[in-house]
Amino acid sequence: MARDARAELRFLARDPLLFALLAAVVLAIAVFVVYPLVCVLLASVQHDGSWSVAGYLELAERRLYRNALLNSLSVGVLVGVLGVAIGYLAAFVLTRLDVPGKTILHYVTILPIVSPPFVSAVSILFLFGFNGLVTRQLFGLDNFSIYGFHGVVLSQVFTFAPIAYLSLRGVLASISPTLEDAALNIGATRWQTFCKVSLPLSLPGIAGAFLIVFIESMADFGNPLVLAGAAFPMLAPQAYLEITGSFNLSRGATLAIVLLIPSLTAFAIQRSYLAKRQYITVTGKPSASTSKIVSVPVKWVLYGIVVAFALLVAAFYAVILLGAFTKVWGFNYAPTLAHFAYVFDVGLQSVQDTLIVAVVSTPVSGLLGMLVAFLVVRRTFPGRTALEFGAILPFAVPGTVVGIGYILAFNAPPLILTGTLAILVLCFVFRYMPVGIQSGIAVLRQIDPSIEEAAQNLGADGLTTFRKVTLPLIAPAFFSGLVYAFVRAMTAISAAIFLVSANWNLMTVQILNQVGSGRLGVAAAFSVLVIAIVLIAIALIGAFVDRWSHHTAMVRHA
Amino acid sequence: MTDSITITHLNKIFTSPDGGTVAAVKDVSLEIGAGKLVTLLGPSGCGKTTLLRMIAGFEEPTSGDILFGARRMNDVPPNRRDTGMVFQSYAIFPHLDVFENVAFGLRLRRLAATEIQTRVSRVLEQTGLGGYARRSPNQLSGGQQQRVALARCIVMEPRVLLFDEPLSNLDAKLREQMRVEIRELQQRVGITSIYVTHDQVEAMSISDEIVIMNAGAVEQRGAPQVIYARPASRFVADFIGKANFVDASVLDAATVDVAGNRVTLADMPATPAGARVTLVIRPEAVRLSRESGTLTGTVRRAMFLGNVAEYLIAVDGVGDWLVDSPNPAETGVFEVGRRIFISLSPASVHVLPT
Repeated sequence: MARDARAELRFLARDPLLFALLAAVVLAIAVFVVYPLVCVLLASVQHDGSWSVAGYLELAERRLYRNALLNSLSVGVLVGVLGVAIGYLAAFVLTRLDVPGKTILHYVTILPIVSPPFVSAVSILFLFGFNGLVTRQLFGLDNFSIYGFHGVVLSQVFTFAPIAYLSLRGVLASISPTLEDAALNIGATRWQTFCKVSLPLSLPGIAGAFLIVFIESMADFGNPLVLAGAAFPMLAPQAYLEITGSFNLSRGATLAIVLLIPSLTAFAIQRSYLAKRQYITVTGKPSASTSKIVSVPVKWVLYGIVVAFALLVAAFYAVILLGAFTKVWGFNYAPTLAHFAYVFDVGLQSVQDTLIVAVVSTPVSGLLGMLVAFLVVRRTFPGRTALEFGAILPFAVPGTVVGIGYILAFNAPPLILTGTLAILVLCFVFRYMPVGIQSGIAVLRQIDPSIEEAAQNLGADGLTTFRKVTLPLIAPAFFSGLVYAFVRAMTAISAAIFLVSANWNLMTVQILNQVGSGRLGVAAAFSVLVIAIVLIAIALIGAFVDRWSHHTAMVRHA
Repeated sequence: MTDSITITHLNKIFTSPDGGTVAAVKDVSLEIGAGKLVTLLGPSGCGKTTLLRMIAGFEEPTSGDILFGARRMNDVPPNRRDTGMVFQSYAIFPHLDVFENVAFGLRLRRLAATEIQTRVSRVLEQTGLGGYARRSPNQLSGGQQQRVALARCIVMEPRVLLFDEPLSNLDAKLREQMRVEIRELQQRVGITSIYVTHDQVEAMSISDEIVIMNAGAVEQRGAPQVIYARPASRFVADFIGKANFVDASVLDAATVDVAGNRVTLADMPATPAGARVTLVIRPEAVRLSRESGTLTGTVRRAMFLGNVAEYLIAVDGVGDWLVDSPNPAETGVFEVGRRIFISLSPASVHVLPT
């Protein structure tokens, strides 16, 4: 085995440039993904220089932390179930049924994905808060509190159901409707067909979507911080409060590890168990895509539910938009530009900082993701699986854990990065690489490797092959990697909140601060700006990738 | 410009994930003269493609050497080997048009734009793609894509051309046409070529020499006629063309006993009397007659195929033989169930030790 490994390395080293790049990638992942996690783990078991598990015992003893764990878990499970139910329904209706307005419904449904994860929390405060439009103005409730379990669940379902929807959409689209036709043809009833064919086929996808939503919910920081309230502690905000409020790094680290365990477990199940059980029935033959397993009345009921959800999403965003132009929500609904004036005056620095961080980290993250996908799929070297795992791991690590890891790891020699632009960029690059990597790997596995071998055969070294052949071929994955990296860089909060400084501040942190000091209007204005920037950026990235892959195709007189 | 290829004691052992090992290529030694076209022929899994990929540099030999001319290539990466490879799937760059596909390698060499233009245009003309320079690959037929793959290699004027089952995705008619084109082009450019295929007709029609591989090792090498007429083993005889295998015992230097019948052979290897041997009898080496012959039998199946009639004959005391009779339209087809005389043309029977 060792000899095989040496032979593989020797083979790879014949392409020195690629070999050096691989070494750099491995080193970078070790330093910026693995090392911070190790720091968190060490900090949780070291107290005043000696090893001990006292921190964990203390957590188990105190009701506050026990509740934080239980609350986070129960919210995660409930949000997972509700999110998947809504996501499945929407995916089914929008991929399988012949109903009007599918495109617009699709875009409205995924809107929450491109906005800061706690925009819905702000909306909920506008609608159901102490001075909420619904609770106070409409029903005149004086003693209703949105804070707590129900508030967090409501907000997270709106934030994460779209993620379940997107992932289930892919699953349903890959299951051929002809299988349902076959079941109906041999005499199964519609209900039997659904229970015995459609549902079992999509079950791995459903479980996968549940785990993704669960991971996201556990990791979510913004919604709980805004809506959980003091009586309902949750892990992620609690860890943050321990560090920023009580300066108790060690307890923060211990909470982070407790937070990490369920997420990593879900991630491990998702990767090792479910990934191998996806039933893909794509045949390449065109098949009619409308399903016959729902009767007409049922179809319209399902459609109604999906439309209702989309309307609610739209309402949430309308409220944000209105709130951004309203003087004092709940008291004075006069229109005003004051909030935007504030954003462009006091907040301008954070707008610039956010843009710089996003613009620097996005291309690095996108390219690096494609490079890792290329190396993992197309080259053999010892530790390849470990590299893939290390590169995808950040997906499962809650941002709070990463944030704590970065301040522990890069606040002391040899690498002091706290307070710099670099720490934010590095954090975002490695945190938001996994989605690009995964879609890159998926696309690359579909592409005949001899196309790249042909390039080598014609004299291209590994890096040239990657640049001139692989990258143009996987342009769609590159695009989704770039968009994801940019959207997340614009909307990230959980890790970033530990890493911002007076010199480098982010809009999302500003939004949170404004919510904290009760200036919901300013928070809404910031949110509107973030969403606008993200939408413009998606259009720009799309145009760029389009032109660039086209451009490569058209190079003639270079 | 072109090179001979020398392969000495080449081995490739793959390690499977469960720790087991598979020897894909076993102690293969070959010399291929400059300018020759040599075919590696064998069933799937015989190691022919692995051998080709080692020559191209895509696989690392476990042991043994690969030389182009006098230069050892083992440590040279694939992009520096100066080989031109035509892939089974053609591997055309889908994001580039025909011209850019062919110009790809030249651009990497940073040649002047005018030279690229001249060379690409010339090769496109040679391969019959003159009018297709700006077509996208997905607008081309299978045969045209094949020509692009070929043109892309030829334009580089490589030291060695490598073909990995290049015609297996084409329909029968086009396959015949393309193999003539490939052979003519190879002879015109005179580049040493190695051609991998599992199709024996393709191998025989195109090659200066055929190397038959089985389970990772070379079974036999030689000119197509030699391989066909004098197969070194039952495997080779069976793989190249059709053959009847008949047990016999040696009587003297020119005759054998087949189920009690004396059969005279033209080309007996030195074998002691009484030894058991296997006769390799090609279907076309058997003559059927109503009147006379060395053996007798019954027609069990008869098929008229146009240029030949194909029979299955139950030979008395021996077993079933495949027999091809030429020109049946003129001589007529023997009906099923008829008794018949059988004779062998002495020069066409090959003897293998049992």
